[in-house]
Amino acid sequence: MDAIILQILNGLDKGSAYALIALGLTLIFGTLGVVNFAHGALFMIGAFCAVTLSRILTLSHTVVDETKTDFLGNPLKVDVPYIYDIFGQTTGDAIIDWAVPISILFAIPVMVAIGFIMERGLIKHFYKRPHADQILVTFGLAIVLQEIIKYFYGANPIPTPAPDAFRGSFDFGAMLGFDPNTIIYPYWRLVYFAFSALIIGAVFAFLQFTTFGMVVRAGMADRETVGLLGINIDKRFTIMFGIAAAVAGLAGVMYAPINSPNYHMGMDFLVLSFVVVVVGGMGSLSGAVLAGFLLGILESFASMAIVLETLPGINQIIIYLVAIIILLTRPRGLMGRKGVMEE
Amino acid sequence: MSNSKLTRRGLIKTGAVAGAAGLTLPTYLRADGHAGYLNAPQGDTVTLGFNVPQSGPYADEGADELRAYELAVEHLNGTGADNGMLETFSSDALQGNGILGKKVVYVTGDTQTKSDAARASAKSMIEKDGAIMITGGSSSGVAVAVQALCQEAGVIFMAGLTHSNDTTGKDKRANGFRHFFNSYMSGAALAPVLQNAYGSDRKAYHLTADYNWGYTTEEAVRSSTEAMGWETVNAVKTPLTQTDFSSYIAPVLQSGADVLVLNHYGGNMVNSLTNAVQFGLRDKLVNDKNFEIVVPLYSRLMAKGAGANVKGIFGSTNWHWSLTDEGSKAFVKSFGTKYGFPPSQAAHTCYVQALLYADACERAGTFNPCGVVEALEGFEFDGMGNGPTLYRADDHQCFKDVLVVKGKENPTSEFDLLEIVEVTPVEQVTYAPDHPQVAGGSLGTCNPGA
Amino acid sequence: MGLTKKDFTLLIIVACLALFAPFILNPFPEGSAMAQFNAGYPDLMQRLVIFGIFAIGFNILFGLTGYLSFGHAAFLGVGSYAAIWMMKLLTMNVIPAIIISVLVAGLFSLLVGWISLRRSGIYFSILTLAFAQMSYALAYSVLTPITGGETGLQPKYTDPRILDGALAPGETPRANLFGLDMKSSFQVSAGDWIFTFNAGYYVAAVIMLIAFYLSIRIFRSPFGMMLRAVKSNQQRLNYTGLNAKPYTLAAFVISGMYAGLAGGLLVAMDTQVGAERMFWTASGEVVLMTILGGAGTLIGPVLGAGFIKYFENIISKINKSILEQWFAFMPDGIEDLLITLVYPFIGKGWHLTLGILFMLVVIFLPGGLVEGGQRVARLFKRKKPSDDTPDGKTTPAE
Repeated sequence: MDAIILQILNGLDKGSAYALIALGLTLIFGTLGVVNFAHGALFMIGAFCAVTLSRILTLSHTVVDETKTDFLGNPLKVDVPYIYDIFGQTTGDAIIDWAVPISILFAIPVMVAIGFIMERGLIKHFYKRPHADQILVTFGLAIVLQEIIKYFYGANPIPTPAPDAFRGSFDFGAMLGFDPNTIIYPYWRLVYFAFSALIIGAVFAFLQFTTFGMVVRAGMADRETVGLLGINIDKRFTIMFGIAAAVAGLAGVMYAPINSPNYHMGMDFLVLSFVVVVVGGMGSLSGAVLAGFLLGILESFASMAIVLETLPGINQIIIYLVAIIILLTRPRGLMGRKGVMEE
Repeated sequence: MSNSKLTRRGLIKTGAVAGAAGLTLPTYLRADGHAGYLNAPQGDTVTLGFNVPQSGPYADEGADELRAYELAVEHLNGTGADNGMLETFSSDALQGNGILGKKVVYVTGDTQTKSDAARASAKSMIEKDGAIMITGGSSSGVAVAVQALCQEAGVIFMAGLTHSNDTTGKDKRANGFRHFFNSYMSGAALAPVLQNAYGSDRKAYHLTADYNWGYTTEEAVRSSTEAMGWETVNAVKTPLTQTDFSSYIAPVLQSGADVLVLNHYGGNMVNSLTNAVQFGLRDKLVNDKNFEIVVPLYSRLMAKGAGANVKGIFGSTNWHWSLTDEGSKAFVKSFGTKYGFPPSQAAHTCYVQALLYADACERAGTFNPCGVVEALEGFEFDGMGNGPTLYRADDHQCFKDVLVVKGKENPTSEFDLLEIVEVTPVEQVTYAPDHPQVAGGSLGTCNPGA
Repeated sequence: MGLTKKDFTLLIIVACLALFAPFILNPFPEGSAMAQFNAGYPDLMQRLVIFGIFAIGFNILFGLTGYLSFGHAAFLGVGSYAAIWMMKLLTMNVIPAIIISVLVAGLFSLLVGWISLRRSGIYFSILTLAFAQMSYALAYSVLTPITGGETGLQPKYTDPRILDGALAPGETPRANLFGLDMKSSFQVSAGDWIFTFNAGYYVAAVIMLIAFYLSIRIFRSPFGMMLRAVKSNQQRLNYTGLNAKPYTLAAFVISGMYAGLAGGLLVAMDTQVGAERMFWTASGEVVLMTILGGAGTLIGPVLGAGFIKYFENIISKINKSILEQWFAFMPDGIEDLLITLVYPFIGKGWHLTLGILFMLVVIFLPGGLVEGGQRVARLFKRKKPSDDTPDGKTTPAE
């Protein structure tokens, strides 16, 4: 029982990352009809926003410490962050410690700007082109983006820890009456889950309850008619692209403490998030979110030792196996709309 | 800086032009240049092929390997700021005037850490650039694939970073040599240190990367820890492509285990260790003992990716820059002076491999792979950083001291992440060539390629 | 041969290109600074034609029917494994290995196609992707006893190989065609140039020409017309009372067999298989090759395959010391500047160069490289292109 609760928790947490990325991807599919292979790269850039901010905060000048020596036996050069000079060491340390949450503020404008530039500069010209061309150009863009990151940050993962306050884990077991230590869960992962629930809720509310959202939904359903009504749908679509980029970016920022960011993390997520979107059903936002959580939970169950003993290797293929089963039993995924990307 | 890169063919060409000035009739050329072996160096240069990962997750490790090779070439040619390990190497066949009087030039390629790409790159070096030796790499899959290729083609392969038992076990080849240590040695070196630190009554939980290297490492660590009384509670295999290990780590505490062994390398290791620390495993008391984590194969570059999470965690490594023997000091000094930071273990093993190859050629008096194989087999040397070392003739594996290290609690710099806990003497990690963990396969005979 | 004059000319051109590739790909004299760009060495020439076959086959499915398979590398991988097992168990002769690789890949693609073709559009793409990713994951891990896992499979002298005589201990088994070693080659020097003629390359090139000829026949056949009808409007096809499924399934299996053939040839030329041959990036690569060259055209996929493999192998080998050699004639300051500017794009930066080229091609040449060629040709002909082009060569991507 406790083992199952634990894996559900795991699944929800994993699923929230899948759901966030899939949500952004579906926004772009649904509104613009564009297959965006660079979406994983946006997630990766989000994570590197966190890395960049903590680099900026720890920008340092060097002080030579004569009492210590470095690996060659020369006097050791100690880096002193400028932020110490401004705020003093204690406040400075606190700010550096909270670098990841602070980067949310930094990442939103950056990601929205990147989204605007991408849409206006490149994607816009591909609305009428075949999906194959869209795949090629966004895949090329994804490579270029990740190579640029690799050029500046190297190929190694870069540790980007969560604030001290969120280290360690919370003991659900004790709370629910199980033995202590049976169901523990890291604080930061709980934060991640809550954060993604918040973002998903915000996106849905925005589309559901605002006039802007209503027009965009109408545009998703029938772009031409909305255009005929004299509404500038293109401008709104640009904004939607910016929002989708920001959602991917925020997913990345908050993910940075969970796994140290590296330049190819976007590609690692790309295929998986496409599977999630398609299993959810093309053009359905709630389908994408549902599929994200479903696949996350199933993946967690498949990694349990008992399951692996009966079905060795099932953890390697579970997501794809489930995708095949769902697509064969439900022609348009969980909640797909008819006629979207079916030709 | 003028670095004229004359290839074997370039020189043939020069000869051809000199001979016939202008229009020449097509001439049939023998691939071996009449020397009885493939890609025999012509003229006054010899070409080596440095095949390292330049893209993909191990690109930084590959970059460090390439730096080491460039340094080795400088030292071999006598054009460097100093002579590095040439001063401390027990063999004094190398004079700093190239190899056998020929200047060393090199070509580079990208393995992408994929065996197909690595073989394509190595073949291009052999077929197009006339490389007489291929070296480098950062994974066992690539090492085994390229080693088999070099055996077929008839050039020497000096393995870079490869830790699986298979490279010099069931997949060994006569033309291939490995300086790096292997899974068996990691297990043998770690077990006594773990026993000292954590006692002999421990329950271990293994997470193992689901591919050959993971299997051999798990087997090695399991058998040597079980021999000293540990119990293995469970061993779960994780997919190579896994990035989030939470669902594998969360059930560890429930199992009643009090040690977690992470048989992971590279990105897998960084992520699984980060996740394990996130779950607060190291703050827990299980069976009235502190919960501990062990990482059998450490690399400083990867430890950097895991950040503060490595503190206090035991693992093994081939070499570390903080060693204080003369060879290591000389190498760290020349590498550090040239590049501004200390070398990684990958850089060390690659540098040493390049020097060992050059030395073997000098001692054999030829570049002929069969001569080189003969010179390297059973070769004993010292002054290369790991104490007295033997290149065993039975399987072309180096036997030398192995380092057990621990993540440093108070690092003084971004390079100062690991501290050496113990230098395990070579006797303790030596095994018989037919040990069950490495059994199967055979070297075959050397292939000169022509 | 049952070809129109235009198609016949195209076939002859391709045949000449393949025959004289050792000359064409080695345009620069040895030892010159440009020799770095020579591609006329056996391994790369073999890869160019083998991936050409792979892309030709992929194009029969994607170019004609519009079904975008994202898992074609699985067929290539399965073909490779079948071929290497043939070499380990039966004989090092490449013929049985190639035949079995085509058959096994055909059977596997029949299974995958039969299931995946129940859906269309992106649902189909994800189904094929899922099958390929499962094949990769299993081959890398739990199927290690059959596939060799991470370290892959290579023939060893200890293998049974019932048709060949036992090898002397330590002798390396060599892939051959009735005794002709695939690796054997001879070099001819003419002036400053050196040309390499390799047995394996010519075997692969002949097979590629046959594959290319078959693809022309398929494109021009009633069957090919039917596939095009599937692409343009499947619904209308259904209303006329025709069931499109057998046609698309046939196209799928044919293209799977082409992929298996490519996989078998890879093993015949270089006796080694690794699981990463089936990873999704490998499936993605053949999609990129086809689109880059020009989907739906006859020659496009071959051009795309050549383009990607050439850049992967050549750019990645340029390092800093080669740059220094190139720019050595410049004044010091300018030399350093140029090296700094070019350095990020070569060697370890080859991915960046490739990504930029992808974008440039697809932005400026919507029909792929074939369209580029047509534009150049038009420039010389100064003739207005006619709108109706029966030639498949000029049919745009979609």
